[in-house]
Amino acid sequence: MSLTSPLNRVLGFGSAKEGTGHWWQQRLTAAGLILLGLWFLISFAALDRYGQADLVTWVGNPFNAVMLILASFTLAWHSALGVQAVIEDYVHGPALKIISLVLSKFVHAFLAIAAVLAVLKVALGVSP
Amino acid sequence: MSTDGRPLSPHLTIYRWPVTMTLSILHRMTGVALSAGLVAFVIWLEAIAYDAVPYAATMQFMSSVPGRLLLLGWSFSFFLHLSNGVRHLIWDTGRMFGKSQADASAWVVIVAAVALTAGYWFVV
Repeated sequence: MSLTSPLNRVLGFGSAKEGTGHWWQQRLTAAGLILLGLWFLISFAALDRYGQADLVTWVGNPFNAVMLILASFTLAWHSALGVQAVIEDYVHGPALKIISLVLSKFVHAFLAIAAVLAVLKVALGVSP
Repeated sequence: MSTDGRPLSPHLTIYRWPVTMTLSILHRMTGVALSAGLVAFVIWLEAIAYDAVPYAATMQFMSSVPGRLLLLGWSFSFFLHLSNGVRHLIWDTGRMFGKSQADASAWVVIVAAVALTAGYWFVV
């Protein structure tokens, strides 16, 4: 006999209360990163020179800026999901586990916002 | 409660090491390495955008031997995680789950990751 209510069962939510959310976000960000990653490698390799001024021009290009912001955000998201899985597998003890999970989320949010702000600063033409 | 003499399910250590296990571990290790690479990527963006993070020094370190080894590691990690990620996405559609198929695709991933890394360093 199952003690789960029929509604709960049909919604497919387990004890984590998020159903397939983690799995689906991981796949969606993975698919995005295939495109963004290949774009980055090709676009970066196509540069002639790698001085600061050359990179400022490259980042300042409107298309590149959008792609870099997308890439930073998607990378941080995918990385947060992956690191979460690793912590859940290897860090034991409830306190240490929760603290590591929360810290990882904070660090990833910090990295994503720092990257977006750097790209925006260049793209909006504030001189470096 | 005594559990003596009960049959145990086979542990990891009694299997002959299959290539799929190597790929599974490498996928996780390269994923963690790429998370560290994310920090370097953000520092690099900061160096481009802000004079407070010296761009020349950042590039100088990345051109040094340890810097190049890091870049080599991250590029290989990227291509392996990418190739094996595609393998996972194919599995998600329910295809290629056979034992020999999983072994074959593991070798494809290894060869592809090495070839893509070598090819990229040859071009750049």
